[in-house]
Amino acid sequence: MSEILLAAQNVTKRFPGVLANDDVSIRLRPGRILALLGENGAGKSTLVNVLFGMYRPDSGQVVIKDETVELHGPDDAISRGIGMVHQHFQLVPPMRVVENIVLGEEPTKRGLVDLDEARNRVVELSERYGLEIDPDALVEDLPVGMQQRVEILKALYRNADVLILDEPTGVLTPQEADHLLGVLRELTETGLGIVFITHKLREVLAIADDIVVLRNGQVVGETTPSQTSESGLAEMMVGRSVVLQVEKSIADPGDVVLKVNELEVNDDRGQIALDGLNFEVRAGEILGVAGVEGNGQRELVEAITGLRHPSVGLMEIDGEELSSGSPRQITKKGVAHIPEDREKHGVVAVYSVAENSVLNRYHRRPFSIRGILRRDVIRGHARDVVDEFDVRTPSVSVPASSLSGGNKQKLIVGREFSDEIKLLIAAQPTRGIDIGAIEFIHRRILEQRDKGTAVLLVSAELDEILGLSDRIAVLYDGKIMDVIDAQDADREKIGLLMAGITD
Amino acid sequence: MKPQQKQLLYAGLAVMLVVIWLFYSADGPQTTAVLAGTVRAATLLALGAMCGMIGERSGVVNIGIEGQFLLSAFAAFTVASMTGSLFMGTVAGIGMGLMMGWMLAAMAVGLKVDQIIAGTVLNIAALGLTSFFYDRSRSLGMGKYTNIDLGPLADIPLVGTVFFSRPPLTYLTMALLVVVHIALFRSVWGMRTRAIGEHPGAADTVGIDVLKLRYFNVTLAGGLAGLGGAYLALEAVGTFSRAMSGGRGFLALAVMIFGRRTPFGAYAAALFFGFTTALQNQFQLNNTFDIPPQFVGMLPFVVTIIVVALSGLVGSMRDPAALGQNYEKG
Repeated sequence: MSEILLAAQNVTKRFPGVLANDDVSIRLRPGRILALLGENGAGKSTLVNVLFGMYRPDSGQVVIKDETVELHGPDDAISRGIGMVHQHFQLVPPMRVVENIVLGEEPTKRGLVDLDEARNRVVELSERYGLEIDPDALVEDLPVGMQQRVEILKALYRNADVLILDEPTGVLTPQEADHLLGVLRELTETGLGIVFITHKLREVLAIADDIVVLRNGQVVGETTPSQTSESGLAEMMVGRSVVLQVEKSIADPGDVVLKVNELEVNDDRGQIALDGLNFEVRAGEILGVAGVEGNGQRELVEAITGLRHPSVGLMEIDGEELSSGSPRQITKKGVAHIPEDREKHGVVAVYSVAENSVLNRYHRRPFSIRGILRRDVIRGHARDVVDEFDVRTPSVSVPASSLSGGNKQKLIVGREFSDEIKLLIAAQPTRGIDIGAIEFIHRRILEQRDKGTAVLLVSAELDEILGLSDRIAVLYDGKIMDVIDAQDADREKIGLLMAGITD
Repeated sequence: MKPQQKQLLYAGLAVMLVVIWLFYSADGPQTTAVLAGTVRAATLLALGAMCGMIGERSGVVNIGIEGQFLLSAFAAFTVASMTGSLFMGTVAGIGMGLMMGWMLAAMAVGLKVDQIIAGTVLNIAALGLTSFFYDRSRSLGMGKYTNIDLGPLADIPLVGTVFFSRPPLTYLTMALLVVVHIALFRSVWGMRTRAIGEHPGAADTVGIDVLKLRYFNVTLAGGLAGLGGAYLALEAVGTFSRAMSGGRGFLALAVMIFGRRTPFGAYAAALFFGFTTALQNQFQLNNTFDIPPQFVGMLPFVVTIIVVALSGLVGSMRDPAALGQNYEKG
């Protein structure tokens, strides 16, 4: 057996304006799990794309099984035994599990795809590795955890002896994630090596044999779980000591601000996404909505902000029935919205920072008079937002697209918070941004709460929900499984509810 | 297909057979003529629909079928009249179709031009070129393809005349329906083709060259439209005339959608649309209605609009997920 299964040696990769990987070296041995840790933009994805043959490095080498290789594409990497499970699954939804697994390397009989043979091989594989699956199910009918299993089987079918997993637990419940970690550990017992990419510190400590931390494209630390801790890893990732948990006082809830009654909302395909929701959010409290993504969170946020109209049910904001209100009517009631997809719904990329800072009220005085924008007033306002919310930008005239994710998000938060607000709808407010910005935004949200704003926090990050919420509602399959006080909540309990299990 | 839809389909088929039988008993020659006309019209539509579906299954919209028909018909006619060989004309038609498929692929796949615009370019180019170069004095000295009786099968009343006493390209089309069906749904090529139309990224990560396969498929599909053009000039009509494809390339797309992008489904749909065309012809021939012929001529197109609108209501027809999108690697 080879000494080194997979290694990057002094890999450097440049993109226009960015040094994505700067002299990065890692090595993976058989039977080991190597965790690649780093914030968004640290260069993790670039590195694995180099290892998988998607990108050619500008300098440096890729070593597979003790042999320096030049990869010309993913098929090169695949044929050398590298398997990759992408963060966004690379599966063909309307095709069957077995077809997806064998695609690209189909067994044939008399020139046609031999599906029986393919099915046999898939069943044999799934039995050998304990990864049960129905080979004839359509991928689009499978839950996310199962789709991930199909991805792993796809790699194993190609005789992978290295598995690269890119943020594999992001879409799983805590229990599913634990199960996956168990499966991965078992896989290493056959000599398989695993590269595990994540930004979740707990998982790294739970599963990794070796840890490599990346920051700004460079390796800033190599360690093992026994030598470090969550705060130690966070410090390496960020480059300074960080507060992982923002301190908060006990909530003092006031009047009901948002009330939702028997809310039914359809998704884009016209199927029921929210099925009879009832809840209320009071002034001065944070209601966290936990759940695996795709269980109705998007539709909920869109319904409350007026982007989507419920088919049945009532929604009251501050005592006014607004279930068929337009986004502007709702904004006017003092509702702020931090949207889930900041690129699509948060900022207009080609507009300047200044223009983006008034997207929610450019039509009102003092920003415009009789339909004419007052640029100086807008710029002045933008400068205030930039200062107060620590948006790092060379000026307020540059387009929003030139800002980093974290700074875009701070700009959005600044825009939404610079008016008097009664209700804040925060959807995935810290997705994909650096720890420093996360900490900042968490503080600001708590500040709003303490000022008496009602907050609805929708997040797929359980830590965020547990850290900020006063009460937690768990959404599963368009229904609220339970609402629990934050004091009584723990990962285990919420995880079961996220999977739709009630006792 | 859901069981209810299947029942509906069978019920519809049964009703149709009974109606045909009734008509046949009442007026044999007329019924035979209409049904033979149905198959004649359906052949062209089926070829266009197969061309469209191979493109769309791979993620490339082809609205240039109309132009492919027209220019191939022109090439087939010209070569046939020059060489005096229908076979050579047919080969030329197919060759021209392949070339136009290749042009569409070069624009839509290679240069990543908007697919609708690329198809429109073909249509306009075909109309312009054929109108300009069309030579009125040319004709097919030897006549068009003639019917071939398939032995005793041709002697079956009605069915024999309609299906088994046909010219060669019609038989070839029927054979191609089977070939394309097996290729699309059973072969390695078909599986990969469907994959790149649904999720090119997934295909790419398992080492399938998405752009190459799309290039190949769109070119190959052009050959089917080219055969359609040859059929139009050398078998259906026997001459070339300006804009002779008459919107059937677009009708073929409706046929393809209604047939759920499957060859047999498309043929069923083609027969249905072909029937409206044949009926319209028969109405005009007999002067059944005392209204201007243009209105009777509208029949197939009115039915197209109604059917496409209805089929939207019937639902459960999903386009390939990556249809119309250019694929960028990475």
